[in-house]
Amino acid sequence: MLKSKTFLKKTRAGGVLKIVREHYLRDDIGCGASGCAECCRTQEGPALEPRPRDPESSLCPQPHYLLPDTNVLLHQIDILEDPIIRNVIVLQTVLQEVRNLSAPVYKRIRDVTSDLSKHFYTFTNEHHRDTYVEQEQGENANDRNDRAIRVAAKWYNEHMKKITADDNHPQVIFITNDIKNKEKAIEEGIPAYTCEEYIKSLTANPELVDRLACLSDEGNEIESQKVIFPEHLPLSKLQQGIKSGVYLQGTFRASRENYLEATVWVHGDDEENREIILQGLRNLNRAVHEDIVAVELLPKSQWVAPSSVVLQDEGQNGDDVEDEEEKENTLKTAINEKMLRPSGRVVGIIKRNWRPFCGMLSKSDIKESRRHLFTPADKRIPRIRIETRQASTLEGQRIIVAIDGWPKNSRYPNGHFVKNLGAVGDKETETEVLLLEHDVPHQPFSRAVLSFLPKMPWSITEEDMKNREDLRHLCICSVDPPKCTDIDDALHCRELENGNLEVGVHIADVSHFIRPGNALDQESAKRGTTVYLCEKRIDMVPELLSSNLCSLRSNVDRLAFSCIWEMNHNAEILKTRFTKSAINSKASLTYAEAQMRIDSATMNDDITTSLRGLNKLAKILKRRRIDAGALILSSPEVRFHVDSETHDPIDLQTKELRETNSMVEEFMLLANVSVAKKIHEEFCEHALLRKHPAPPPSNYEVLVKAAKAKNLDFKTDSAKALADSLDRVESPDFPYLNTLFRILATRCMMQAVYFCSGMDNDFHHYGLASPIYTHFTSPIRRYADIIVHRLLAVAIGADSTYPDLTNKHKLADLCKNLNFRHKMAQYAQRASVAFHTQLFFKNKGIVNEEAYVLFVRKNAIVVLIPKYGLEGTVFFEEKDKPKPRLAYNEEMPSLKVEDTEFHVFDKVKVKVTLDSSNLQHQKIRMSLIEPQIPGVSGPTDSTTLNTDEPEKKRSKLEN
Amino acid sequence: MAGLELLSDQGYRVDGRRAGELRKIQARMGVFAQADGSAYIEQGNTKALAVVYGPHEMRGSRSRALPDRALVNCQYSMATFSTGERKRRPHGDRKACEMGLQLRQTFEAAILTQLYPRSQIDIYVQVLQADGGNYAACVNAATLAVLDAGIPMRDFVCACSAGFVDGTALADLSHVEEAAGGPQVALALLPASGQLALLEMDARLHEDHLQQVLEAASQAARDVHALLDRVVRQHVREAALLLGD
Repeated sequence: MLKSKTFLKKTRAGGVLKIVREHYLRDDIGCGASGCAECCRTQEGPALEPRPRDPESSLCPQPHYLLPDTNVLLHQIDILEDPIIRNVIVLQTVLQEVRNLSAPVYKRIRDVTSDLSKHFYTFTNEHHRDTYVEQEQGENANDRNDRAIRVAAKWYNEHMKKITADDNHPQVIFITNDIKNKEKAIEEGIPAYTCEEYIKSLTANPELVDRLACLSDEGNEIESQKVIFPEHLPLSKLQQGIKSGVYLQGTFRASRENYLEATVWVHGDDEENREIILQGLRNLNRAVHEDIVAVELLPKSQWVAPSSVVLQDEGQNGDDVEDEEEKENTLKTAINEKMLRPSGRVVGIIKRNWRPFCGMLSKSDIKESRRHLFTPADKRIPRIRIETRQASTLEGQRIIVAIDGWPKNSRYPNGHFVKNLGAVGDKETETEVLLLEHDVPHQPFSRAVLSFLPKMPWSITEEDMKNREDLRHLCICSVDPPKCTDIDDALHCRELENGNLEVGVHIADVSHFIRPGNALDQESAKRGTTVYLCEKRIDMVPELLSSNLCSLRSNVDRLAFSCIWEMNHNAEILKTRFTKSAINSKASLTYAEAQMRIDSATMNDDITTSLRGLNKLAKILKRRRIDAGALILSSPEVRFHVDSETHDPIDLQTKELRETNSMVEEFMLLANVSVAKKIHEEFCEHALLRKHPAPPPSNYEVLVKAAKAKNLDFKTDSAKALADSLDRVESPDFPYLNTLFRILATRCMMQAVYFCSGMDNDFHHYGLASPIYTHFTSPIRRYADIIVHRLLAVAIGADSTYPDLTNKHKLADLCKNLNFRHKMAQYAQRASVAFHTQLFFKNKGIVNEEAYVLFVRKNAIVVLIPKYGLEGTVFFEEKDKPKPRLAYNEEMPSLKVEDTEFHVFDKVKVKVTLDSSNLQHQKIRMSLIEPQIPGVSGPTDSTTLNTDEPEKKRSKLEN
Repeated sequence: MAGLELLSDQGYRVDGRRAGELRKIQARMGVFAQADGSAYIEQGNTKALAVVYGPHEMRGSRSRALPDRALVNCQYSMATFSTGERKRRPHGDRKACEMGLQLRQTFEAAILTQLYPRSQIDIYVQVLQADGGNYAACVNAATLAVLDAGIPMRDFVCACSAGFVDGTALADLSHVEEAAGGPQVALALLPASGQLALLEMDARLHEDHLQQVLEAASQAARDVHALLDRVVRQHVREAALLLGD
């Protein structure tokens, strides 16, 4: 088995160190072709087909295997992922090179390799007796690897000849984009082609050509040879510069509203210059959103202020830079010394963070053109130039495109087509797009994951009852929104003999089913949260668990994790205890049903008395919490009534809040706080907690300014002061004002985040005014709760621990992922609502509605329509219309359009239409109807333009 | 920069071995004439030399003598040139002392010490080249040396290390694998009875995986036994020939 060994010597920087490593060569590595007599080893896992029926290629009519070079793998992974490409030999040398060069590609190639239908085989050539190559004197590592690859290709071809008797033996074709390597290979008698040659020779599958990444220099003819962008500095210079402080390293964040503006978040603890503004194409210098870049600070004289202009890139295919300069100049108006921010320019890219982007093709004006611009759905991503022959079929479709590169003489980056998702506006396509854009893992659960599910039929066994209390006799019920199938909490309340009350919160025991470390656990941890879209739910755990075994449905035995308090009638906690339990819920109620039971005097059964007791306590708890300074915020939430057949939204309804909603919420909060205390007590270093940082005072500026305009004095120095201020907002003829203030206050808040207690020392939850908080109550839909369950189970001795649970760095990494997933889930949810709102207005046609101004921008106002909970922007500058006089007052803030002035919270009337002129971003367009401004607002239905009228309306409003 | 992949998807380790495979082992007995027993072993690039004196009278303080059995005295050292960076002190540091104690424990369990009361057996081991599994190589070398000295033992003591990577137990870790920082178990086995002479691990490893790692280590130790047994027989045959028997 162990044939021989050789030594590899290496020296490392900083003192010469001789490293001697053994390297065993083997004679038992198979060629991967199943049924190969020579290798006579039954291959496990993926293997090559003995007779590859490859796509027809005009270059090599014989059956053949492909053997790609590193550069092909790195740049043409999209092609290799295509189901047409099968029977590929991936050499270990190639794989190792890819691993060192690009982690995402490495992961993708591993995924492809594990797919049995693809017939990819990894050949461990470095340890094979016949294919091992030693580095020669004067040969660098790259050349050695190239040679190793050629040697392996040659060995394969000879091997194939040996094992098949007839002449029609399969050939191994070496695919490389390196011309020199190809030439050498042909010299040595290995059939070699470049990737392009091979793909183009596939006569049956011409559409593959589009997926080729264009890396070659050819085809630059359209691009002007004029250099548009300054050259990027090489990495070594950047590192030097960063070390010496000349350059700053940071994450590039493009602006959603203005394609010529971006900010760079500088890494590091330096409080100053945390954020650097970049303006103008040249300063952005080909950086794409999320790239890690090096920036150079500009001298103070060139600093700029963040512009409040909304600008979209609408230019056509051309590379006219002059046009851009003109636009750039528009950014630089209204210079106010105070507003200037540190500005800079990108000097180099440290790490690209390109991923495949969803979007649509903007077909070129020239009919026969093969080069088209692709407009990504995410406005922060620049448009990408791609080459395709199927432009007409791709038009009106959502497609995925990957960026290949961005030469300095090209206005747009170059990319290639990856995948067609489906027609625009199609509900499924759009859902797919928004899931992809928000990076929500939504593939069906893999077989490996499902294999860890309990076998059906399932029932509670003796084993399960170990360390578990039997609470099946208690009168427990659940209260949830209608049609909820993943019920993760249930409650009970009963009077004890000593006159006190026993209150129990029972949470689905998901951690009983999801054991640490297995595939199911890993998948749930990756997903982090269940994502609720308007008509769909992307589960975090497989449905069997989420809607059945873990769901605390009525009249079935379920496992639960219970938190049981003994309280007096003043809702003061006398005793807290946690236990794993088995329960049998007596009823699953909706909020409305529960409310009805509480209110109706005739009902006096156990469940109802239990509910009444809970409700009474909840009210006291809520009062106490608010007195402590908890905030009651508001966000306009709507729910769609969906047609059961077509799944089109037919009506909207704002979510109603009943007493019972807050009753359930109150006990969940209490349980979370109690659990947080317990796990922190037990694991002061490794508790997973949730905090809500207090927002910096500057966040409240908008709110305070708006309040001032309404003659209100707002205190924001503490949560309590803010809550009191919000409570004081009252206006007899403007009842919605209070809600508006609460909505605005919500926007001032920071994001609440998970964190590991050992890595932070600020635990405070600002919004809930609680010194410590965690998530315990929804383990079916949040992974954080599962970890908290495990911690608590260990704390009470009901379950065993595992190493990762008490590793704070692992826990911190987990928190990072969970926070990211939660944020993305939220965005996806919003995007889904926005899409359904569009569908709704598409069916409804044009409507005029009342709205309130939420924000005032330099050339637009942002308004909210309470009826639909819909927010939109009213622009005052349109492309082909004369620009009205705009006067923006930063201090108020207010915007004067012609003679009309807009303030925050002004009431306006807007016309809502669906703007389908841009298929990609179908959007709800809002235009002003009242107050009327000549030349700006659209005519009302009566079409009588009366210039005096708006004045009157305004004066009425300003009471 | 991606770290080293200790176990590839195809199941090969960095140096080309599979998970349960040992490195190449070569050993010789009776390398020195002056000592009572001596042996030299190579396990891959780890090379160790063991020398045994005794049993003989107590040297130094006689008060350390044990009334009912022999005292096993072990000393461990590493040559200054044994590691990548030159060592400043070849012996006497904490690590060497600890290793000496471990060796002593191991051999007290294996040597029939009760046959030699109030006497002393010295085992000196030196690592000439360190490439992982130092303890194991020392034990294996010392076993051969003790056998060479003709001191009666219950059984061979065969040692091997094992680690745990991505759910798989790896036998006989090399230096690269050790340096990656995963858990490592050192195990000394009396193969005939299956008794453990020593088991040592100073990293965290979940209980559930322990059995798997132990299994791998003891299997590897049994493989080592087979090899050592062959070396001893070969040596005896050669010696017999020389004696003209």
